[in-house]
Formats: sequence, C-alpha cells, structure tokens
Amino acid sequence: MSKSAFSRRGVLKSGALAGTGLALPTIFTASSAAAFTNDPTGSSVTLGFNVPQTGPYADEGADELRAYKLAVEHLNGGGDGGMMNTFSSKALQGNGILGKEVKYVTGDTQTKSDAARASAKSMIEKDGAVMITGGSSSGVAIAVQGLCQEAGVIFMAGLTHSNDTTGKDKKANGFRHFFNGYMSAAALAPVLKNLYGTDRNAYHLTADYTWGWTQEESIAAATEAMGWTTVNKVRTPLASTDFSSYIAPVLNSGADVLVLNHYGGNMVNSLTNAVQFGLREKVVNGKNFEIVVPLYSRLMAKGAGANVKGIHGSTNWHWSLQDEGSQAFVRSFGTKYGFPPSQAAHTVYCQTLLYADAVQRAGSFNPCAVGEALEDYEFDGLGNGKTLYRGDDHQCFKDVLVVRGKENPTSEFDLLEVVEVTPAAQVTYPVDHPMFAGGALGSCNPGS
Amino acid sequence: MDAILLQILNGLDKGSAYALIALGLTLIFGTLGVVNFAHGALFMIGAFCAVTLQRVLNFSYEDVDESQKDFLGNALKVKTPYVEAWFGPEFGGAIIDWAVPLAILFAIPIMIAVGFIMERGLIKHFYSRPHADQILVTFGLAIALQEVIKYFYGANPIQTPSPEALSGVANVGALIGMDFVYPVWRIVYFFFSVVIIGAIFSFLQFTTFGMVVRAGMADRETVGLLGININRRFTIMFGIAAAVAGLAGVMYTPINSPNYHMGMDFLVLSFVVVVVGGMGSLPGAVLAGFMLGILESFASMNEIKSIIPGIDQIIIYVVAIIILLTRPRGLMGRKGVMEE
Repeated sequence: MSKSAFSRRGVLKSGALAGTGLALPTIFTASSAAAFTNDPTGSSVTLGFNVPQTGPYADEGADELRAYKLAVEHLNGGGDGGMMNTFSSKALQGNGILGKEVKYVTGDTQTKSDAARASAKSMIEKDGAVMITGGSSSGVAIAVQGLCQEAGVIFMAGLTHSNDTTGKDKKANGFRHFFNGYMSAAALAPVLKNLYGTDRNAYHLTADYTWGWTQEESIAAATEAMGWTTVNKVRTPLASTDFSSYIAPVLNSGADVLVLNHYGGNMVNSLTNAVQFGLREKVVNGKNFEIVVPLYSRLMAKGAGANVKGIHGSTNWHWSLQDEGSQAFVRSFGTKYGFPPSQAAHTVYCQTLLYADAVQRAGSFNPCAVGEALEDYEFDGLGNGKTLYRGDDHQCFKDVLVVRGKENPTSEFDLLEVVEVTPAAQVTYPVDHPMFAGGALGSCNPGS
Repeated sequence: MDAILLQILNGLDKGSAYALIALGLTLIFGTLGVVNFAHGALFMIGAFCAVTLQRVLNFSYEDVDESQKDFLGNALKVKTPYVEAWFGPEFGGAIIDWAVPLAILFAIPIMIAVGFIMERGLIKHFYSRPHADQILVTFGLAIALQEVIKYFYGANPIQTPSPEALSGVANVGALIGMDFVYPVWRIVYFFFSVVIIGAIFSFLQFTTFGMVVRAGMADRETVGLLGININRRFTIMFGIAAAVAGLAGVMYTPINSPNYHMGMDFLVLSFVVVVVGGMGSLPGAVLAGFMLGILESFASMNEIKSIIPGIDQIIIYVVAIIILLTRPRGLMGRKGVMEE
C-alpha cells in the first residue's frame, strides 16, 4: 500500500501558511495607506514639548513650559480659556483635540542639537508624541525640524529667529510662528533712519553661528540700503563671556553705531561691556554714539539691567500690548504664575493652539493633513494682529514690534516699551528672496 | 597705538581674574596635592555672594499705589527697600549702591566656610586616590554646585552693578599724553587683584604660618616629623584659596553679569594658566595669568584676526603647546612636581 506524501492535515497547514503569506503584503499596504507616525488610537493624544530645561536658556525654557501647560489646560477645557476665546478660528471646543484629551511629555534640549534630537526621538519613539514643539535656539530648532521631517511628525518651532529655519533649512513638516532676522531688520531700519538719520557708520559684533550670521546679513543690508556704511563686521565666539577686547577696537574705528547681533548671555555681556566702555556717552563724527540690539528679549533685558535704557531693538510680542488676545493671554498666564509671559511663552502657546486648531479643522492628526490646514492659513486674535502662515515656506507673517529699553520702569517686568508696531506688509519678503534661498520645502512626510 | 594700549589694559584685566583663580588652584595643588576642578565653582559662588547681598539689601515692603496699575490691571504694589526705610533714602540708597564692595566682607567668612566644608567633607577622602579620581569628584562637585545655584537664582545673568561713583570711564590716556578711556571698575579690579596677590605672597613669605606652609609644600613629610600638624594648616590654606577665588568672583560681578555657568567658563582657562605657569608654582601662576590674558586680548584685535582667522579662540592653547614643548615643566615649574 503506497502512502501519499500529502496528508490532509499537512495540506491544510500549508494552505493556511501560504494564504497568510500571500495576504501579508496586502495587510501592510492597507495599513500603511491609512496610518501615520503615532496615530493616536486611544482617548488621548500626546504632544512633545522639547525645551531647554538646563543650560544657558533654561529660563526661556521654563517660561515656554509654563505656556505649554497653560495651552494644554485650555485645550482640555480648563482655566479661563486664554486666547482660545479671542482666536479667530472657533474650531477648538475645549474638549481636547478631536475629542481626545491632550497629554504631554517634556524633554530637555540643553540648548544642544544632539541632546535635542535625542530627546525628540525618545518622545516620538517611546512616548508616541504626534507633534514636537519647542526650542530656544536656531541651531537646535533646525536640527529637531530635520528629525521630525524624517520621523513623520509635525514640528511647531518655538523661539528660533534665524532666517535659515524657514529659509535654506525649511522642511515640509516644520512650521514657525516666531519672526526672523530679516523681519527684525525690515522693522528696525525705518525707525533707526528716523532716529539717527541716514549718514551713520555701523560696527557689527556678531555671534558666530547660524542665527548671528543671518541677523547680521539682514540688518547690514537694511541699514546699508538706507545709506548707512558698515565699518566692520566682527564675529565673536558663542562661548565668549568678556567682550572687552571686541569692544575696545570700536572706540577708534570711526563707527558711531554699534549693532550687537547677540542674544542671551552674549547680549547681556556685550551690552554691559559696551556701556562700561562709555560708548553711550561718546560723540563720534559730531553725533551721539548709539547701540542697537536687533533681537530683544525681556528676560535678557532683565539681565542687562539699566544698560538697556533707551536702546532700540525688535521683539515678536510684548505683554504690554493692548489687543484682546494679548490681554487675555497675559491675564491667564499672569493669574496662574504671578508674572507676565515672555515672547518665548507667547509664541509656543500660539503654536500649540495653531496645531490643535489645524488638526481640528483637518479632522485628522495625519501630518500631511495638518500641514495642509496650516498652509496659507490666515488667522487673528493671537496677539499679533492678522497673521498668515505662508504655505511656500511655513513662515508666519505678522506685525513686528520695535521696542526701546524703558527709561523709568515701574516694575521689574516693565523693562521695554513698544515704540512702533511695524505692519506685516513691511516685513514680508518674496519666497525666493536671496537671504532665504538654497533649500527646498520638499513634501510632507506622514511617517510609518 | 591707542588700540594696543587698550588691549594691554584689557589683557591685564582678564589676566587679573585668571591669576586670582590660578593662584588659588596652585595653592591647593601645592599644599594638598589635589587637582581641584571645583575651583571655578568657588569663583561662581563668590559672585553669587554679591548677588545675594544685593538681594538682601533690596528686601522691600510693599505699598499699594491706587494711581498706578500692574500688568494685570490691579493697583500697583510699590516696593521700598527696608534699608532705605530705616536709614533714609540717601544713606540707605548708598548702602544698596555699594552692595558689591560690601559683599567682600560678606563673602570672606562664607567662602572660608565653604572651603572648609568642601575639604573636610569630600576632598580629604581623595588625597590618596589617583589624580583622575580627584578630577572626577571635584568636577562632579562643580556641576552639582552650579545646578544648586541655578535652582535658586535661575539660568539668566543677573545684573550686579558697580557703585555709581566707580562706574563710567576714566581718561587713562591723559596720564601718558594720549586720549583714550577705560572703565573705572576694571581699573579697580586690576588693583584689587594686585592687592590680593600681594597679600597672599606676603602672608606666605613673612608669617610663621606661611613659612610652615611653604616648608610643607616643599617637604611635607619632614615638616610632619617635626611635630607640626601640617594637615590642619593645609586645610586652612584650602579655605584661604576658596576665599581668594570667591573675592575674585565678587569683584567680577559688575564686569559681567554673573550666571551659574561663569565658573566653568574660567575653569579650563585657569588650568591652562596653572600648567603654563608650572604646576605648584605660585609666581608662575600669576605670571602666566597676566601673560595669557594679554595675549588673548591681542588675538581679538581685528588686525590679528584678519591675518589668522579664529586665532582669538585658540591663542591660549597654542601658547600652552609652544611653552610645554619648549619648557615641559611650564614657565616656573619645579622638578618633581606631578612627575613620577
């Protein structure tokens, strides 16, 4: 009696295996067509707040974190609702995002690109964050933006002012609400022209990294266009603490304006050193010597103390603004924490609301759908007047504030006064502007 | 010419801070044989003694001023320092204004105490351990100390101005028939460091205590055999070294607003200064401090940078390499120090 090589059981087993094998690619294809990185399937959605909690910008990071927590509270229907009440879009209902409760995880960037990337990666891979936001440095923001593009999540940039963030390093998954070096220069130049005239010799001290370079390029071009001469551009190491040896040559350079393209501790120290060397009392070419700080921060102005009095610069937002949105945010933040928010806090709060609103309007957390909802989106009520999220480079275009160090502050927070609100049209530039050339936005990446 | 003289003054100023920190480092290394990477943190703690005194002097009571509004639209709480209320606005204001020089008195006992606690509580347990262990533990201590300061004072620099009378500039150039100015407080800082350095050298040179310490630095074993408790004296020297670093920090605060990281900024450079000066050599530390300060200033000149770009960032290390290649024990190093 011959025995068949095929048993009934064997045929069934083989058939099941072959069927599963044939079906597998279809399962994966079908799944990946609908899915994207960290698609929130439960009753909550996780956002990743990646801010400097240690390092030189830890105070900015702490203020950003406060604002993020406030935004989450408002999104989940807690507190007084803050700027959700004044936001022109009424998509958000105070019941989370798409009905899912908003949760968050935090990471520490340490103001170092590698640490920031590692922290963002961990939030995406381990904590399932569907969006990453934060940063208090352009170097960090650009690095994390690149990572988010690769990972397929949205990056809502925090405090980053380099032209490159939405210029040569722009990415389809990245969006910036904060202004940039070009906008600072475009807003400041006319004010400087009115104050100091067209016949000036400017000396630049510049922090030697991406933000400093683009800030210097922008302000030098804007001031030269109105007739100023650039006497010298000197790059200073980011790690510098004593700027005396860079300030001393300014004394005999023939310059009558010093432009400090510095931020953070650099700005505090270089401005303090410049004032120590008597530059503010100096008269050159028959004109009073002037100092300009293109990017101001209230937290930094506090560090520089009385040295900021009368010195002009620009800022993205200031708590003293009287529009409804700003007042609602200041009231909400001030009541919760006991002091007014910084511009860093404002921009990250806006970014969180803007992301949540975009998801709500898109009806999906898919980064491509969210990106589409943000692109060319016009909104109002978030403290900067009418604002456009330009689709071509993912940069927000809005009014820019020119501020001056206040001569007679009434409190420890009352350090800057707004001298002019420069309309958005005046700081808008074409997408192909040479200062922003060199990179491509690419296409959005939904990930997995 | 003006530019060169200005850079010399700048260099002397930077060198003052380097020399004071390096002097303390050398004292500790010379006496206890410990490579103290927490010395920069002592400089930072000294600076924060000035910040603390400034805050203490500014403790205020609040009056509600209905005519003014705060940022939330409530009646403004106007603060008046107790010192001004007790001593009058003029004298009280002057006390607050002179917070930094007054902080010297405040900082000396605190820094000596910090030095004692640091040495008795931690570092003495590492005397017999390899230098690498000492470096690791003191570096860890430095990180811990700066995080503590950041927790209480925040990460941003804190403005600590010099007294009104000592701010502004002096026409130093007029002394030599030229016309250039230099900040008054920086001149004060230079002379202050000269006085401190002079005091330390005099103390070691002209007192019995100093003589014993110098003898101990040269031959610890023999001094011990004479029945002298050299360890106790060395502990006191640790306290003195801590006080020197602290005073350097106090007086530095009006030059650059202090932050929690300022000690680390000086630490590496100060170690280079110690190595260039010669490990264990006090005059070497002072000489190298001023020399490297001046060279660093010159390297920042545009004329120099246009010839060798980026030289301002590496000049100290280039000089260190050259000196160690030509004089392996440093400028004034003694034979047998850190040599097996």
